[in-house]
Amino acid sequence: MRHTAWLCAVVVGCGAEPPQPASIPIPTPAPAESAQVDDPGPTILVAVPASEYRPLFPSKGQTAVAVAPFALERTPVTHAQFLAFVAAMPEWRRSRVPSLFADSGYLADWAEDLSPPPDATERPVTAVSWFAARAYARWRGRRLPTLAEWEAAAQLPLADGGNAARAVLAWYAKPASSGPQRLGTGTRNVLGIADLHGLVWEWVLDFGGAMVTGDARSDSDLQRSLFCGAGAVGSARPDDYAAFMRMAMRSSLHGRNSTKTLGFRCATDQIPGAR
Amino acid sequence: MVNAWPLLALAALTGITLFVRRNSDITTPPPAASKLAATTAADPVTGEETAVLTAPPMVPPPITRKHATKVKVALEVKEFLAPIADGVDYTFWTFGGSVPGSFIRVREGDLVEFTLKNHPDNRMPHNIDLHAVTGQGGGAAASFVAPGHSATFSFQCLNRGLYVYHCATAPVGMHIANGMYGLILVEPKEGLPKVDREFYICQGDFYTEGAYGQAGHQQFSMEKAIKEEPDYVLFNGRVGALTGDQAITAKVGETVRLYVGNGGPNLVSSFHVIGEIFDAVMAEGGDQRTNNVQTTLIPAGGSAIVEFKLDVPANYILVDHAIFRTFNKGALGILKVEGKEDALVYSGRQQEGIYHPEGGALQTLPRGDNAKIAAAPADRSKEERLQLGKRMFESICFACHQKEGQGVPNAFPPLAKSDYLMADRARAIRTVLSGQQGKITVNGVEYNGVMPAQNLTDDEVANVITSVMNSWGNQADMVTSTEVAKVRATLGH
Repeated sequence: MRHTAWLCAVVVGCGAEPPQPASIPIPTPAPAESAQVDDPGPTILVAVPASEYRPLFPSKGQTAVAVAPFALERTPVTHAQFLAFVAAMPEWRRSRVPSLFADSGYLADWAEDLSPPPDATERPVTAVSWFAARAYARWRGRRLPTLAEWEAAAQLPLADGGNAARAVLAWYAKPASSGPQRLGTGTRNVLGIADLHGLVWEWVLDFGGAMVTGDARSDSDLQRSLFCGAGAVGSARPDDYAAFMRMAMRSSLHGRNSTKTLGFRCATDQIPGAR
Repeated sequence: MVNAWPLLALAALTGITLFVRRNSDITTPPPAASKLAATTAADPVTGEETAVLTAPPMVPPPITRKHATKVKVALEVKEFLAPIADGVDYTFWTFGGSVPGSFIRVREGDLVEFTLKNHPDNRMPHNIDLHAVTGQGGGAAASFVAPGHSATFSFQCLNRGLYVYHCATAPVGMHIANGMYGLILVEPKEGLPKVDREFYICQGDFYTEGAYGQAGHQQFSMEKAIKEEPDYVLFNGRVGALTGDQAITAKVGETVRLYVGNGGPNLVSSFHVIGEIFDAVMAEGGDQRTNNVQTTLIPAGGSAIVEFKLDVPANYILVDHAIFRTFNKGALGILKVEGKEDALVYSGRQQEGIYHPEGGALQTLPRGDNAKIAAAPADRSKEERLQLGKRMFESICFACHQKEGQGVPNAFPPLAKSDYLMADRARAIRTVLSGQQGKITVNGVEYNGVMPAQNLTDDEVANVITSVMNSWGNQADMVTSTEVAKVRATLGH
């Protein structure tokens, strides 16, 4: 209820007093009940060299977006890693998180605040909001990858020479009710980055920009062009169904949303081995 | 007369003269009410109700309400694995757990409050575009939801008719190809003429990695979908959804109305019912009633309402008259009608005879001579017979038994690994020489069809049987001309 009261205060404040600062305050955590859990530590980073991302919906005259060198975590964040985060940051526990930052599906597969499902070290955490994913990354001293970075890594050839789009189609064809598989059951690309396809969907920093501009909460014209036949207008690759599926997924989300098949991984500009 | 009040009221309001319509006669066109009258004669929305939704082939009961109301419709999107044919599984995406999705029935002028729920176990975001909606995207943007979420929007039913709804999330073709379509009927204010039975049928084309009937879990084939080369063309989402125990039924003397949609995504349907003539078709789901129609064209993303009276008992076969789709891709349903025969309407076979185009004089020519005339070396090698037999198979037999000898489920028995074929070579020879009629059991499945006698020489019969008994996993000794001649001698012709 705390955040609701705060919202009311802002509304009242706008009318009667000088506006409040614009930053979104994270509610003050209750006296820390820091829990002792094993932290598996951050995921190993893999350097991704400078590359190009060809957007599904390029702007006029645009063919590719340059992607600067960065580093991406080799696998998605696991339940065990996320447990370490919520243990240290009680405000991100399921019972405490403000509904502004996570909907009711947040960590729905956890039995309690600090009780992730079995095989926590081997399974990707899902049912996390974008706000929570971003907070986790910040806590690790990293950030979420941008859409262009994520897609640039995802379009690298697979280590086994396979077809990534086909891997995505095969993945969706399996019923999802059993929950995500273990890390490493998806694809692996030539750099050794695993599970970009075939395990879970992943948050990206600018997911709301999937349609070039605007955000996911508005019904801008650009967003509408996602639907039906109009979805193919202006698309550089109308036959890349897997890319359409990712884009549709991102466009359907709000930052507080969570779904059973949506996880994340972190990125950083601090490239391992670089000086 | 139940539906006459709104008409009379409309007549009073607009000052037009109406003909009173006999409800029982489904071929009588309804009075032509202009669209303006239909959409601007503001019908105040009073009350609220929850829509009755039905899974195919059932249709919700007619609306008896005489006023517009607020109708709440809630559809849940579910993704799940289910058989698309016996032994073949496919991951369907559905509105309400069936293909096609739940039938929605509302009345012209109704205010629909529509809620789309995307089940948390689903992997995909979804939405709905109802062709009955006037407004941006037919509701697509307003209803776009991620798994585990729901969205609500409202629309007024300005236009009456039978409309397709479908998912419109990118890649839209794939969402439709996986089964995300259904029908919403906006009944005219005056209602539709009363009929005895109504059914709900939707055609759709499906694209799988494996060929038609290939067993196991088949995933969606993007390549075939883009090329528009479906493996399956189906009524109600499954081979056999409307046959056998699932056939729809009615009785002689009854009137039937079919609400037929075509989800596509690619093919246009030439909808036809074998053995019936549509007394009336409301083509493309609109107002225009056309009488006495054999086949009606239903575009992808379109519909038709067809009506007919049942005069004689029969198994009426529902097909897409682009007939290879029926024969090889599953587009087949059955309307089973029982009741009293009427020999005047249809006699059945009255006489059977032999037809000799050569004329009567040739009737005495013994068939055995024919075989001798074309006598070929009796001592062909097995290799030679295999080669010649294969060529013959591919020019005659494959039409029914199919290229790989796999047959057509429920119609033509397989030859590949067929216990029936391999058990008795004399019977195999006899079947080719004099044909086969009546029930047989092949690999545990019963077939009840007709194979015509083949007018072939002993040598040709030996070739073709040698070939089929040594193909597609079958293995047997060579069949010789002498062997065929012996069997022919026992047949007495």
